[in-house]
Amino acid sequence: MTDDKDVLRDVWFGRIPTCFTLYQDEITEREAEPYYLLLPRVSYLTLVTDKVKKHFQKVMRQEDISEIWFEYEGTPLKWHYPIGLLFDLLASSSALPWNITVHFKSFPEKDLLHCPSKDAIEAHFMSCMKEADALKHKSQVINEMQKKDHKQLWMGLQNDRFDQFWAINRKLMEYPAEENGFRYIPFRIYQTTTERPFIQKLFRPVAADGQLHTLGDLLKEVCPSAVDPEDRVSLCCSGWSAVVRSWLTATSTSEFK
Amino acid sequence: MGTGPDAASGPPSCPGPGRAGPLSPDAEELPPRLRPAPRGLRLPPAAAMPNSVLWAVDLFGRVYTLSTAGQYWELCKDSQLEFKRVSATTQCCWGIACDNQVYVYVCASDVPIRRREEAYENQIPSKDDPKELPDPFNDLSVGGWEITEEPVGRLSVWAVSLQGKVWYREDVSHSNPEGSSWSLLDTPGEVVQISCGPHDLLWATLWEGQALVREGINRSNPKGSSWSVVEPPGSENGVMHVSVGVNVVWAVTKDQKVWFRRGVNSHNPCGTSWIEMVGEMLMVNVGMNDQVWGIGCEDRAVYFRQGVTPSELSGKTWKAIVAARECDRSHSGSSSSLLSAGCFFGDEVRGSGESAPSDTDASSEVERPGPGQPLPAEPLDDSKNPTGSSASGPGAGRTAEDTTEDACPAEGSGAARPDTHPGPAPTPAELPWTNIDLKEPKKVPSHSAAGFPETTSLSSLGLLPLGLEEPYGVDDHPLWAWVSGGGCVVEACAMPRWFTVQAGLSPSVQTLSLSITPAQTAAWRKQIFQQLTERTKRELENFRHYEQAVEQSVWVKTGALQWWCDWKPHKWVDVRVALEQFTGHDGARDSILFIYYVVHEEKKYAHIFLNEVVALVPVLNETKHSFALYTPERTRQRWPVRLAAATEQDMNDWLALLSLSCCESRKVQGRPSPQAIWSITCKGDIFVSEPSPDLEAHEHPLPCDQMFWRQMGGHLRMVEANSQGVVWGIGYDHTAWVYTGGYGGGCFQGLASSTSNIYTQSDVKCVHIYENQRWNPVTGYTSRGLPTDRYMWSDASGLQECTKAGTKPPSLQWAWVSDWFVDFSVPGGTDQEGWQYASDFPASYHGSKTMKDFVRRRCWARKCKLVTSGPWLEVPPIALRDVSIIPESPDAERSGHSIALWAISDKGDVLCRLGVSALNPAGSSWLHVGTDQPFASISIGACYQVWAVARDGSAFYRGSVYPSQPAGDCWYHIPSPPRQRLKQVSVGQTSVYALDENGNLWYRQGITPSYPQGSSWEHVSNNVCRVSVGPLDQVWVIANKVQGSHSLSRGTVCHRTGVQPHEPKGHGWDYGIGGGWDHISVRANATRAPRSSSQEQEPSAPPEAHGPVCC
Repeated sequence: MTDDKDVLRDVWFGRIPTCFTLYQDEITEREAEPYYLLLPRVSYLTLVTDKVKKHFQKVMRQEDISEIWFEYEGTPLKWHYPIGLLFDLLASSSALPWNITVHFKSFPEKDLLHCPSKDAIEAHFMSCMKEADALKHKSQVINEMQKKDHKQLWMGLQNDRFDQFWAINRKLMEYPAEENGFRYIPFRIYQTTTERPFIQKLFRPVAADGQLHTLGDLLKEVCPSAVDPEDRVSLCCSGWSAVVRSWLTATSTSEFK
Repeated sequence: MGTGPDAASGPPSCPGPGRAGPLSPDAEELPPRLRPAPRGLRLPPAAAMPNSVLWAVDLFGRVYTLSTAGQYWELCKDSQLEFKRVSATTQCCWGIACDNQVYVYVCASDVPIRRREEAYENQIPSKDDPKELPDPFNDLSVGGWEITEEPVGRLSVWAVSLQGKVWYREDVSHSNPEGSSWSLLDTPGEVVQISCGPHDLLWATLWEGQALVREGINRSNPKGSSWSVVEPPGSENGVMHVSVGVNVVWAVTKDQKVWFRRGVNSHNPCGTSWIEMVGEMLMVNVGMNDQVWGIGCEDRAVYFRQGVTPSELSGKTWKAIVAARECDRSHSGSSSSLLSAGCFFGDEVRGSGESAPSDTDASSEVERPGPGQPLPAEPLDDSKNPTGSSASGPGAGRTAEDTTEDACPAEGSGAARPDTHPGPAPTPAELPWTNIDLKEPKKVPSHSAAGFPETTSLSSLGLLPLGLEEPYGVDDHPLWAWVSGGGCVVEACAMPRWFTVQAGLSPSVQTLSLSITPAQTAAWRKQIFQQLTERTKRELENFRHYEQAVEQSVWVKTGALQWWCDWKPHKWVDVRVALEQFTGHDGARDSILFIYYVVHEEKKYAHIFLNEVVALVPVLNETKHSFALYTPERTRQRWPVRLAAATEQDMNDWLALLSLSCCESRKVQGRPSPQAIWSITCKGDIFVSEPSPDLEAHEHPLPCDQMFWRQMGGHLRMVEANSQGVVWGIGYDHTAWVYTGGYGGGCFQGLASSTSNIYTQSDVKCVHIYENQRWNPVTGYTSRGLPTDRYMWSDASGLQECTKAGTKPPSLQWAWVSDWFVDFSVPGGTDQEGWQYASDFPASYHGSKTMKDFVRRRCWARKCKLVTSGPWLEVPPIALRDVSIIPESPDAERSGHSIALWAISDKGDVLCRLGVSALNPAGSSWLHVGTDQPFASISIGACYQVWAVARDGSAFYRGSVYPSQPAGDCWYHIPSPPRQRLKQVSVGQTSVYALDENGNLWYRQGITPSYPQGSSWEHVSNNVCRVSVGPLDQVWVIANKVQGSHSLSRGTVCHRTGVQPHEPKGHGWDYGIGGGWDHISVRANATRAPRSSSQEQEPSAPPEAHGPVCC
């Protein structure tokens, strides 16, 4: 019998083998070797690519280096999306490793947010956590926490420390015993087929009749186009496809959010 | 009645069905309420989940209700009456007030109004035979509503009088809620308490400890026919209390054990046997559906028996209701504010009689909050418990509202209510307690009179704390005396939200797993897990050789230590400790200290981010090699993490490593800056902190619990510094030391220590013990005391036995360097043999025997020596008692003059050091400054104002000190504050502060350039051990006692807040590192906040303006 923790661990320790290649038009002093890394699915690109940056900067002149950004098959990669999401969204059908092109010039201002420092990632991450808790507990839990707890969440992510992260995140995933779940399930549905960045709606975990909602119910309500007539749905949820009958819980719908 | 504003019309004397009619629709249309209980009962029947209420009485006799839909205990709005018993049903609640009269509270759900009013109007229960009138009541129980369907709402009300008689109230029904008369029933003994179930169960307890069971109760004979006796579970502990339901009987015996009666049913009301339940209760109460409530013995909390089902009537566990009282909500923090660190500071002047610093008299240590401090709850209570007609402000509105509804003042009341609050806002009628009076007709006390005009019937909205966002003091939980669940329906499927603290969801929470059927869950989990495993395989199998993007951290050091555990009883527990260090992406190193411990056989760990640590302090004593680790939070709690190592070496290793990690993560290293703040603990350890620019900011200064302190090698008793990097110290043996500019030393070796400027340093101090003797008429003074006496060999307090042989040096760092010798230099004087006499222990000792002296003591001393190393060089040859270096104001010009440094020798001579400069901090020679008497303390301000304190406790000002005339010309005597002896003085830019022997801090008032001595002493605070005034006139002290949230600490660094040029005394304290701090010097910190208002600084006294004013 597996327990939640096994699932959580597997989600947390999901890795995507990635090959970073410098963009051909970047000017280098000598040839740049590709760089291979295992990227944590739950983290952010700019948080885990210091090594990549250092690697390529070694072969470049200082004056040719400005803010680093990444691109996959012509699509600039949004650093504020979790790595796993980017991969599932854009590259899940391609062969591994994932080939990412590294740029130091021509920052695509209209596609990407700047990431001046780790603080920007932390701010983005914490705002996601806060938004999720606003939905789950009217922000009660996250507001009750001390600053050091927030810091611990962030440090846990940054240092890839599952225990450290979950020691705090656990509190965010609890609800009073007398309630049947969160107030609302925090979720976002990303699709490649639409222009909308994502779908996000208020969705309670329990139906009016007391029945627990499933992921299928959620999809039928907020994204009917994803459900085919046979009541089967194929979607990417951190790399595994879920079947409509599966129960809707925080584990399957969100890792952080 | 009073279902809404419009309902409250018509005088009470015009009852009748005619009024009931128009009211009913109102009741139906009432929208959901903001405050459900007890008015929640009046929700329309169609409501999905009818709310019911739990009734309880607190220790003060106040009646509260808790709605199943609510989360707060609501005070029953009858502040006139205090109750000792309540017994509730869904329709009404009967109670015995403290006047021993019986009252009934009719819940207004669907009772025709006239019934209630009949209760007012209908006076004497006419059938009562005067001879049969009961004596005052002791207990009461309502039940029997399930005996029969007809007539509707019939109730059985049973009562026990103080004489132990049992009474039955006749004709209590839905339509006649107060019944008609009391009937006496014969009992086989004196009854103490009684409980009547919803159906046919009725049990009572006897004085002798047996239980009585009523047999033969049925539809036609609700009073039953006979009594049976049930023996208590054990002979030594009789039954004290019983409570019955439909099919259950619960009891509490005299030893507070809880018992469940097995085998009880309609056919066998006596049951078969007792089963002991877990938990100790003061009382239990069985409510609807045989659910059980209790009041815990220890905490007097209301408990709910969880898991009571028809198949498991005894339930599973007791679960405390943690709902707070509604009135607590708006007063959050009242209890915690008491714990705020300041409770030992006060404005009153501490006299010498109030504290006996040397000979610890326990009673003199009792502290009380000063007059300026927040007092305990009383003032708050006034506002939250509106009392009667005398209440004003918020209370008046509330009372009046009650009255309006009770008394139904005629027309216009509806108009008076604000219509802007539709629906629930104008509170619906609050039905009052109706007196079931027995002996004479009596109006309902004070409520019925139409004494309150309707104009005061303001909406109570203003009083209702609507927001749930306010946290409340969980610790300040109510203490309960009685609970009644007879009107409270708790369904297992919809538990009320009473068991969790609403502000946080921590206690008792359910985590992710939803309670779907186990099979489904298992399948679902398995599926997800499989998919994840497949994913991992797919994505990782061929790529495991790839480098990880995030490097895992490195274990730097692990080991076994002992940890002073955070829970009670506090003790040293063995723990495994690991310091884990990782290099951040930016190359900065950070570390986490993990403490792995086992509690209740469960493995747990605590962890500390070293970048949050503000101080690591060695706490050596003769038995333990321990150290304390402070974070800002731990500083506020006054409860550092304390760890102990097996050996001194082990401790030093950990200390050095942890210190290094802390300094690394804060990027603090090398020589302290010239502005550094220095401090010393009572163990002689030296600490230094780099002042952040906002430390002395006028607005939002850095809280001083966030200052990072690192240790410097060496051993000193005091240290003084100025902002040019000149630092002097004085050892316990009065040796003068000058700082060399190095860092490290002591246990800090290698990277943490400079390679040069570290020298061997030694210090010598005395350990004192006392020989105590009592006089007896036969043999005179002997070492045979009274049985109640202190040890004949003891410490100064007399509390610890200290023999010559058994007394060890203070820690393993110290070694004896002499034998024991008699110390003649104790305060109070001695005779030729060193004895001091007193009338009794402990009292004030004097040096010669009188007729009244029955005890004497003699102080023995023994020298011990410590050898360590640090960045200090001795300044021979004169031993010093005090030293002060001129603080440089930031804008002061470096004029090339030598730096003024004054000192007091250990003999009390005043000395002025010549030739001190940043390059030659030791100076060249001493210049002696003559005095009439020995001096004790000295301080020089930024403008060459030299102040000193003489041994007699008075102050002196030195006139005409200039750079060109470094020793000045004459002393001006300055009297001490009335009845106080000063012991220390500190002079900043312009401010002069002095400290007396009783811990009072004084500010010198009236100092002007032309009158530099000032005019008077003004009291600032008590509870101060040491003061340091800096070049910004900032005031820092060592406070004697500071209360944290977990513990009290003595010797705490405190920063005076609100010090401004125009308010040099400041207005409060900010609390920093503490627990054994002895000394602080902020005189080097001239770092102003970036956005400084320094220009407002009062014009400082130019030295030339110091006129020679003789006194």
